[in-house]
Amino acid sequence: MMTNYGNRVTQGQFSFLPDLTDEEITAQIKYALDNKWAVNVEYSDDPHPRNTYWEMYGMPMFDMEDPAGILMEINECRKTFPNCYIRVMASDATRGTESVKMSYIVNRPSVEPGFNLVREERNSRSQGYTILPYACNKPEGERS
Amino acid sequence: MSDTTETEENEAPKIVLPDDTPVDLQKELRLSNVQEVLDQLDKELIGLKPVKTRIRETAALLLVDRVRNKMDLSASSPTLHMSFTGNPGTGKTTVALRMAEILHRLDYVRTGQLVTVTRDDLVGQYIGHTAPKTKDVIKKAMGGVLFIDEAYYLYKPENERDYGAESIEILLQVMENNRDDLVVVLAGYKDKMDTFFYSNPGMRSRIAHHIGFPDYSAEELMAIAKLMLAEQNYRLSEEAAKALFEYTKRRMTMIHFANARSVRNALDRARLRQANRLFNSAGKAVTKVDLMTIEAEDILASRVFQEGSLDLDGDEGADVEPVVES
Repeated sequence: MMTNYGNRVTQGQFSFLPDLTDEEITAQIKYALDNKWAVNVEYSDDPHPRNTYWEMYGMPMFDMEDPAGILMEINECRKTFPNCYIRVMASDATRGTESVKMSYIVNRPSVEPGFNLVREERNSRSQGYTILPYACNKPEGERS
Repeated sequence: MSDTTETEENEAPKIVLPDDTPVDLQKELRLSNVQEVLDQLDKELIGLKPVKTRIRETAALLLVDRVRNKMDLSASSPTLHMSFTGNPGTGKTTVALRMAEILHRLDYVRTGQLVTVTRDDLVGQYIGHTAPKTKDVIKKAMGGVLFIDEAYYLYKPENERDYGAESIEILLQVMENNRDDLVVVLAGYKDKMDTFFYSNPGMRSRIAHHIGFPDYSAEELMAIAKLMLAEQNYRLSEEAAKALFEYTKRRMTMIHFANARSVRNALDRARLRQANRLFNSAGKAVTKVDLMTIEAEDILASRVFQEGSLDLDGDEGADVEPVVES
């Protein structure tokens, strides 16, 4: 797949760009905080695009004034789960629900093996398609 | 100080300036607006000489540091964690608030917010509760000043299973690693803080500035009282001022004297009595001046004068009898 060099998972914001540096992440968090959004950190070892709900690392952070605290949390999550995908989300509560306004990946496993495309023969020669992340070949907890 | 305009040159990167480059410190001072805050501090805080000197020194250090940075004379940023020790009511919290503003103007902290916490906000109820709680507070204070009031309560030597020690450990770590993000200010009464630092040498060595808040003299307390009243659009009549001075002198010798706080409480009670007096003077026309003026009798009705002592718990409490005009 030459269009996606290195099988990089592309979900959320900025995922076609090189990995964000800590300064860039800080600037993005600052933007979220300036808009009074709550920020939380999540991790997962399953990069399937339909895997929407990742594990939360700690509580969502409300009433924060400065990005440094959130960056500290991100770095702790990186230390704990160095081989997982980690993303930062910002949610807006003005409409009465915490609706997601930002979501971007801040950590990736050292190797991203990509996806297996499975073609399924169905009735009257129609085809079904499934993608399976190679990363999920092993059971949960043994993947990284 | 020279007035040459060297700034264009200073801002250009990678130019090694000659050793005799003139520096315009006055200009830097004007740019930072810090003088304004310092003047306000001088005006609004009575007395507190050592505190003001130390704040001035800190401001000067940060300012010089900033100029040095412009000239590529970088040094590691100074640690500014502080401890404020002094008797009750000597203005520790007020100064902490100002400190946050000064540090913000000097670009040492990013937001200039002050987060005030006590033991309850930091220490949890059960195992595993303390660390997240402390971290939560620290994260909220990032970019500003974390003010820990009555900090000596964090450490309870008589209970070795107390969770306060865990909180202190996390604080120490953050004070060391996130020096650029957070300034921690510990406050408390002198003797108790001394015991606290004695049993936590790590804490003591990480705090560079130990600032002692002296007690106020009677004259200073009077000046504070006038400032407090002016803020609330009250004023003392001449006799009332004399009475208050007498009151302050007597109150200072009694137990549980809390400096400016005692004065504020006394004034609050005087306001109550004044309102009552105006209410009871039915028939007489009350003018705007009457509404503003506190008379001597409002102060002389205090228990300090009537009985020469306080309640057992040190509270001056309510009046003995409402004073009825004769």
